[in-house]
Amino acid sequence: MTLLKRGLSRRRVLQTGMAGIIGTGIAPMVFTKGAWAQEFCNNPTGDTVTIGLNLPLTGAYAEEGADEQKAYELAIAHLNGEGDGGLISVLTPTALTGKGILGKKVAFVTSDSQTKSDVARAGATRMIERDGAIMITGGSSSGEAIAVQGLCQELGVIFMAGLTHSNDTTGKDKRRYGFRHFFNAYQSGIGLGPILGQEYGTDRRAYHLTADYTWGWTQEESMKAATEALGWQTAEAVRTPLGAADFSQYLTPVLNSGADVLILNHYGNDMVNSLTQAIQFGMRDREANGKTFEIVVPLFSELMAKGAGENIKGIFGTSNWHWNLQDPGSIAFTKSFGAAYGSPPSQAAHTAYVQTLLYADAVERAGTFYPPEVIKALEGHEFDGMGNGRTLYRAEDHQCMKSILVVRGNENPTSEYDVLNVVQEVDREATTYDPAIFGGDLGPAEPVPLCA
Amino acid sequence: MLAMSRNDILLFLGFTIAVLAMPIWLQPFGAAYPDLLQRFMIFGIFAVGFNILFGLTGYLSFGHAAFFGVGSYTAVWSFKLLSLDAIPAMLFAIAVSGVFALVIGYLSLRRSGIYFSILTLAFAQMSYNLAYSVLTPITNGETGLQLTLADPRHVDRMFGEAMPGQPVPTLLGQSLGGFAGFYFCAGFLIIAFFIAQRITNSPFGMMLKGIKSNQTRMNYTGFNTKPYTLAAFVISGMYAGLAGALLAVTDPLAGAERMQWTASGEVVLMTILGGAGTLVGPVIGAWLIKYFENIFSAINETILARFWDFLPDGLDHAAVVVSSKFVGEGWFLTLGLVFVLIVVFLPGGIMEGVRRIAHLFNRPDKSSPSQGKAAPQPQPAE
Amino acid sequence: MFEVIFLQFLNGLDKGAAYALIALGLTLVFGTLGVVNFAHGALFMLGAFCAVLFRQLLTMETVTIDPTQLSPWGQPLEVRAPLVQAWFGDFGAVLVNYSVPASIIITIPIMLVVGIALERGIIKHFYKRPHAEQILVTFGLAIVAQEVIKSFFGPNPIPQPMPTDLRGAADIGAWLGMQANVITYPIWRLVYFLFAGVIIGAVFAFLQFTTFGMVVRAGMADRETVGLLGINIDRRFTIMFGLAAVVAGVAGVMYTPLLPPNYHIGMDFLVLSFVVVVVGGMGSLPGAVAAGFLLGILQSFASMTQVKALIPGIDQIIIYLVAVVILLVLPRGLFGRRGVMEA
Repeated sequence: MTLLKRGLSRRRVLQTGMAGIIGTGIAPMVFTKGAWAQEFCNNPTGDTVTIGLNLPLTGAYAEEGADEQKAYELAIAHLNGEGDGGLISVLTPTALTGKGILGKKVAFVTSDSQTKSDVARAGATRMIERDGAIMITGGSSSGEAIAVQGLCQELGVIFMAGLTHSNDTTGKDKRRYGFRHFFNAYQSGIGLGPILGQEYGTDRRAYHLTADYTWGWTQEESMKAATEALGWQTAEAVRTPLGAADFSQYLTPVLNSGADVLILNHYGNDMVNSLTQAIQFGMRDREANGKTFEIVVPLFSELMAKGAGENIKGIFGTSNWHWNLQDPGSIAFTKSFGAAYGSPPSQAAHTAYVQTLLYADAVERAGTFYPPEVIKALEGHEFDGMGNGRTLYRAEDHQCMKSILVVRGNENPTSEYDVLNVVQEVDREATTYDPAIFGGDLGPAEPVPLCA
Repeated sequence: MLAMSRNDILLFLGFTIAVLAMPIWLQPFGAAYPDLLQRFMIFGIFAVGFNILFGLTGYLSFGHAAFFGVGSYTAVWSFKLLSLDAIPAMLFAIAVSGVFALVIGYLSLRRSGIYFSILTLAFAQMSYNLAYSVLTPITNGETGLQLTLADPRHVDRMFGEAMPGQPVPTLLGQSLGGFAGFYFCAGFLIIAFFIAQRITNSPFGMMLKGIKSNQTRMNYTGFNTKPYTLAAFVISGMYAGLAGALLAVTDPLAGAERMQWTASGEVVLMTILGGAGTLVGPVIGAWLIKYFENIFSAINETILARFWDFLPDGLDHAAVVVSSKFVGEGWFLTLGLVFVLIVVFLPGGIMEGVRRIAHLFNRPDKSSPSQGKAAPQPQPAE
Repeated sequence: MFEVIFLQFLNGLDKGAAYALIALGLTLVFGTLGVVNFAHGALFMLGAFCAVLFRQLLTMETVTIDPTQLSPWGQPLEVRAPLVQAWFGDFGAVLVNYSVPASIIITIPIMLVVGIALERGIIKHFYKRPHAEQILVTFGLAIVAQEVIKSFFGPNPIPQPMPTDLRGAADIGAWLGMQANVITYPIWRLVYFLFAGVIIGAVFAFLQFTTFGMVVRAGMADRETVGLLGINIDRRFTIMFGLAAVVAGVAGVMYTPLLPPNYHIGMDFLVLSFVVVVVGGMGSLPGAVAAGFLLGILQSFASMTQVKALIPGIDQIIIYLVAVVILLVLPRGLFGRRGVMEA
């Protein structure tokens, strides 16, 4: 059958055959001693190297997942020297050659993570154990990213996180084998705070509706800190169940609470629903405390903005990146992605693409796929040209330090993709923070664990 | 093995061999890698346990995922607080999920029929919703409960320093990754299967079947059926807890999603698909669904294009487009269709199909319709 | 404080009407046919997608590619012109604006056909089979329906804008002679409330005051005897199933502006509607309506910060908690009959 992708390697036959014969008793000792020693997990021996894409193709973040997949396929094509080469020419410094990674052609396998941590881990395990993936990347929720990054640490495989915004990913749950290019909730707060002060004044009362799980909590905390630093008061912070669908019972108390700003710490479909419903409650036509009532969505993407339709107009939030930025990197990526798929890329696609290139570049610089060396190459690496200005992969927490965007829903979109306006680029100096505030422990890179 | 009929022993031995040889005979199906094999074992245990309740007593629980989840959480906490050894973790998980099942079972079994189903569903959904949100200090919510370097692990610390690197569960110091983990789980599936076999054939099992066929009559003959159904409920809850703990052993993370009602629905699907009330059926159902979920869902258009390559141009493209609706992301559609067909045409699940085929061949020489439940064919259908 | 409680109560009524409407079709099928229909959520979802389809037909556009201009991402610019407006002018524009309520016109026949086909094709064979098997086959059908919708419409929610005149909130406080701008409530939710009331009333009236309804009620009580009287009760039951599908479908249509539908919306409502039906008592129409309102109002109040401060997490579990308490205290729900669905 064609299902069998790698065929019967000698090692597999030996392993399974022996295992069947030896049975339960002796088996544990034989395999864990690494009898068929690879010096590390999935060391690519042939002329290809396989990357595992762990993407939510169904579930709440399916749209982001589909966009990420396009970007990964594009990045892999570019690494193999196909297409127009995309960002390879603008990355500085670069060790990329356009001839694969270390001369090996890049291949990929995918797995649908269904936006669930359990499934994401199972998929990653499958890609590592069966398909021999040297690196896992993807994910569109923080729960997924943290779960998979823990697994990768166990198996000794590098994880390049996709879209994950929680402070925990590179904070209290950071891992030596996990790397994040995307920004986090804390940086959203830093970026959004001053703009909110400028636009809405310093005398405001904010009402938070927060998705009741870890990402929501970290964002609520970060937004509270940022707005209270401006002099705002927090009227109330209410937790809503994930996937509540109908938020009306949480929206009615907002009306007469004395608050004049509603901050929606929701993401994905929850955000689309709560924003749509808040606007149906007439919140943006109201006045409170003699001021116009405002709604703020601290994190949104152009995909969510599309989902919310015209409800998003004029609403402030933050983004990691947007396709109509005018630096050479962004222009090159938008052009390359648009030519391939007929639509501009989303921020999820951007971070996916950049992560793939950064991994390849680190391997080239290290001269080996051996994970501890690749980790060293990534830690403290500084690069430019990827659309976020000069960027540092910080060694202390594996978080990229770069500029982020404050965006606003476009009042007069010229196309269905033109939904956001960039209000301000908050530069890297402003968004840099002390990694110690979130605690956590990266753990060691060596000895490299051996997978199956 | 005392007092087992020849058929039972054959069934048990056949099952054991089929399970232990899985890494070999699943090779051509692309499923012989440790993670999936472990899942085959774990969900096999889950389904066997569910069948003790549903297959024997007829009580349809829609909340068994809660016990599975509780088992996982208990096991991970045992890893965190006590020791990385799998044995105490599993013992605790079975005990805690048993107690949990006792409480929920005691309340839910006051009603029967769909009212019972809704009660179990309600309890499980409450557990899930709370685990995801307010119980986050215990469950770590969305992120899932994971092992960290800083865990206390009091018992392990007494015996010296922890190893460097990410902590992983062990068995007496041996790591349980890969095929070792598979054989560990396989051992438990075989034990679980054996116990289920003994229960089915015991007087207790007969009593449960009596409750299924006519509870009122059982009551009138002077039996108080409640303790029996409750015992079945608790046993199947402990099976679920064991399965949850094994999942945490092979992959030390406990997420709230595994308690959602869809996860409870999945074990119902497994049991029915294979054949409720039979011993092997639920296991086969579990294997089939996990196979679909992991292998079918990973088939993409490139693979399909290669598969249909032999067709003439244009036709192969059409074949790819049509078949891609049923594999990859569409695997659930295939599962739904198969499921509807099974329920409509084979209410006894795959095992009934096997029996019918076996009957076709056997008819000429034998007319005796077998005593009670004919021992299902031990060969693992694929 | 009064405004908060009043608003929350109003919202509870509104939610309750929605729950009651969704549960109504389910209990109708159970009461007449004795079938536990796990595909009911899927029927709701199919109804919602009738609205989506209708709007997609109305907003069809001609796309011409203008190679002289380039889009910002470097592709030739696509110039789109809406068709319906081009053909019908202002009427077309009004139709697009009112696409959600207007799509009921196509929803009713579609759902009627779907319902009858389902009953004749599959459900019919399950009248004599155990309830567990009914649950399973309809659950399987629900999976198939939602996966088919997914492969045609994609996995993401598709927002359905409400008519511009019905957007925003109505100042209910001012209507009742209170201070302006204190008690406001979205107009569309009020429309949904009225709509639910009309449909529920119509179903009751239909069963109560028409000969058809009388025969069906007689059939519910004693199917055999009605059959012996020479009445083709099967055909009537088929029509009842179609009717239930229509009720579920139009409920789905009218809900789309509140919640952008995706393929999974039915499953999300399925559990809820079952809880409502069981709390009300299987097969009891008044029970379903009463339980809908009860759960809606309780859920609304449980979400208030003051209540949550007393019992953390109560808003997450209130529905299930009420179900558990009612079922333990009242064995057959609020209005259930003895012996129904207990085996």
